[in-house]
Amino acid sequence: MLPAVDPGELFSYNIINKRTINCRDKNMKNFLSGNEAVARGALEAGIKLAAAYPGTPSTEILENIAYKFPSIYSQWSPNEKVAFEVGIGASLGGARTLVTMKHVGLNVAADPFMTFAYTGVGGGFVIVSADDPEMHSSQNEQDNRFYAKFAQIPFLEPSDSQESKDFVKLACEISEQFDTPVMLRMTTRISHSKGIVQEGEPIEPPAEGFKRDMNKYVMIPSNARKRHVVVAERLEKLQKYSEETELNYIEDNGSDIGIITGGIAYQYGKDNLPEADYLKIGFGFPLPLNKIRKFVDSHKTTLIIEELEPYYEEQIKAAGINVEGKKYFSNLGELSPYKVALGFKEAGIIDKVAMAEFEPEQLFPRPPVLCPGCPHRAPFMALKKLKVPVTGDIGCYTLAVLPPLSIMDTCICMGASIGNAIGMEKVNPDENGTAAVIGDSTFLHSGITGLLDAVYNKSNITVVILDNRITAMTGGQHNPATGQTLMGEKTKEVNLVELCKALGVESVHEVDPYDYQATLDVLKTELKKPGPSVVITNKPCVLMPKRVMDKPYEVILDECNGCSACFRIGCPAISTSKELTKRNRPKAIIDPLLCTGCAVCAQICKPEAIVLVPEPVVVR
Amino acid sequence: MNNDIKNVLIVGVGGQGVLLASEVLSETAMLAGLDVKKSEVHGMSQRGGVVSSHVKFGTKVYSPIIPYGQSDIIVSFEQAEALRSIEWLKKNGLIATSRTKLVPPIASSGKFFYPDDPIAELKAKVKRVIALDADKIALELGNPRLVNILLLGVISDELGFDSTIWNDAIKKRVKPKFVDINLVAFAKGKELAKESKTVSA
Repeated sequence: MLPAVDPGELFSYNIINKRTINCRDKNMKNFLSGNEAVARGALEAGIKLAAAYPGTPSTEILENIAYKFPSIYSQWSPNEKVAFEVGIGASLGGARTLVTMKHVGLNVAADPFMTFAYTGVGGGFVIVSADDPEMHSSQNEQDNRFYAKFAQIPFLEPSDSQESKDFVKLACEISEQFDTPVMLRMTTRISHSKGIVQEGEPIEPPAEGFKRDMNKYVMIPSNARKRHVVVAERLEKLQKYSEETELNYIEDNGSDIGIITGGIAYQYGKDNLPEADYLKIGFGFPLPLNKIRKFVDSHKTTLIIEELEPYYEEQIKAAGINVEGKKYFSNLGELSPYKVALGFKEAGIIDKVAMAEFEPEQLFPRPPVLCPGCPHRAPFMALKKLKVPVTGDIGCYTLAVLPPLSIMDTCICMGASIGNAIGMEKVNPDENGTAAVIGDSTFLHSGITGLLDAVYNKSNITVVILDNRITAMTGGQHNPATGQTLMGEKTKEVNLVELCKALGVESVHEVDPYDYQATLDVLKTELKKPGPSVVITNKPCVLMPKRVMDKPYEVILDECNGCSACFRIGCPAISTSKELTKRNRPKAIIDPLLCTGCAVCAQICKPEAIVLVPEPVVVR
Repeated sequence: MNNDIKNVLIVGVGGQGVLLASEVLSETAMLAGLDVKKSEVHGMSQRGGVVSSHVKFGTKVYSPIIPYGQSDIIVSFEQAEALRSIEWLKKNGLIATSRTKLVPPIASSGKFFYPDDPIAELKAKVKRVIALDADKIALELGNPRLVNILLLGVISDELGFDSTIWNDAIKKRVKPKFVDINLVAFAKGKELAKESKTVSA
């Protein structure tokens, strides 16, 4: 007999994070991810308020702050723009403030971001932009260093966990010294890699309170024109600072090869050429162009290694300094020690690149899939059967685009599904209807205004809100529909049905997504109806906040006719057995350890071969 | 080059405990006074995707990523994933893998196939392979989720850290109520590695 173990308990990433609170080293040396280090940095810098919307790879920063350092007020906002605006309020209120988001989150927050650069800050203000080169979990790999330049604000870029921690406090100081928001630019490799961090003592910065200053904070045109002048003057001061700061340092190893680099690319350079000279950029805007010029002049060969776009390179070349970078190091995807070695070889500064000893195997892919028992599965099966265009959105349910479900026609950005469906239906009405699919957290993030548009402009679409009461894709964060705050307090749960009705949607229906026929019926009816309608599924995520496990199902092999209908719903618990039908088709088998007992497969099995496992129940 | 750097790649499928294993290994190296870095991408790890964790330790570690062909050891919790990862293995490197077989839904689609015997394919290419029925052994020890720490036991002698350091790391990183059973699993892995050497010798 097995001990009762909550499967999530042993291995949850968050649990590991929580546990590190209790095993802190006496010498204050700890093994932290970049994100954990930023959280620690927030404590040490005396941050008073931290706000965010979850987004890979930035999510764990606020989780760590909330779990480990509850003396900092932290909150999830419905979206990045609101988080940013909450942050502005806190900064103007005199407190040191941190807002975090993934790269595309800053697009959502770009409106306050661009103008806050004009007003300047009260308490130090740090924006973490966690970029995702290689798009491990994103829809694009935009390089947000350009955002700092665009807004004319400084950015710091750490290259390991230690710097991730240290730079938070430095960013606060720079923010207050120059009266500007400061960006801390992370990437997935920095956020999610771990290294040893020497911790420091937290400080308590003086809280000065809000100082009314309408000329500075009320950006009507007459004031904003004056502030733009201030921004230009500030930039000159920052330029001088960039030349002097030790954040941009030279590692002189007496080499005639010089490397200009920053962030994770610095480490890849050092992996391959530890003996070269380095100009490491930690303060990335404005660039220290004089320092760069001198560095280039004093080396026979200089190269720029930077991940993604030629951000340094464009500015360095524009200053008339002739140095190559992207010629050797691609702007597509992540760099790696291997890619940097290839670039060095092409540039003629190393002779050979270490290759793999063993040939890579061409194996089946293992794409992420909807979990066994996921409540999103049956709605997609129904939409597939109804053969309608399905505009999609961002969340776990985006996985429905992958085979075998393959039922999603668009995915652009948070909340886009509804607007996309409206436009598509206006110009190309489908006789079977048009569906937009969106999750609860995404709907609250930026779907509400889309639905308002559908009502206002008399759109004939059906919006399917897959309400699993959690922000699941990023690891199960709370949102306004979960009834709990980031810091663990109970709060008001938004009522999605009433919200949709209040926006003017007349036809709003809730459905149990584990009842396949009911889901199919309601979607079929609503899709045909004129005017906008909303269908809301009402079952929670099977993983979070707790595992949902019911009695498992099994296949009676004698009854299975090998029709493969159950294979086509993409459930990881169902696979091909070794038994074949007379026509040599594989029969199905269900893994009783993975099956959650959702019974969706049993409902579509024509020969009724899928049944509850008889008692006594299988030991889990 | 940093010739004293040891590289260990840990691979598996979401939910198999790759992250905990790499935490324990990193903690061990840190307790031994070494510089350590590790890297993994875990955005999709709970959705049945491949999870791999790179662990590097030595006097001074720069990047957290192991280059191709540079991993001293690969630990795999799934047999086909062991085969998938050989690009990272060093010439005389060791692969320790569980015989666990996790067939993804896509391999039931008719377009892709799960290999008949990944371990045999592995052994045909790589000299040093230890393959264990780790699931079965873990179950016998009392908990199917001990596979990760069991396999760390298997590779432990290869890395040369003291047993006491390993045990301290397990105590630090594993939830208190599971510490004892994980220590047993670790010791069992260590013992099995010795037996497997005797057999192959």
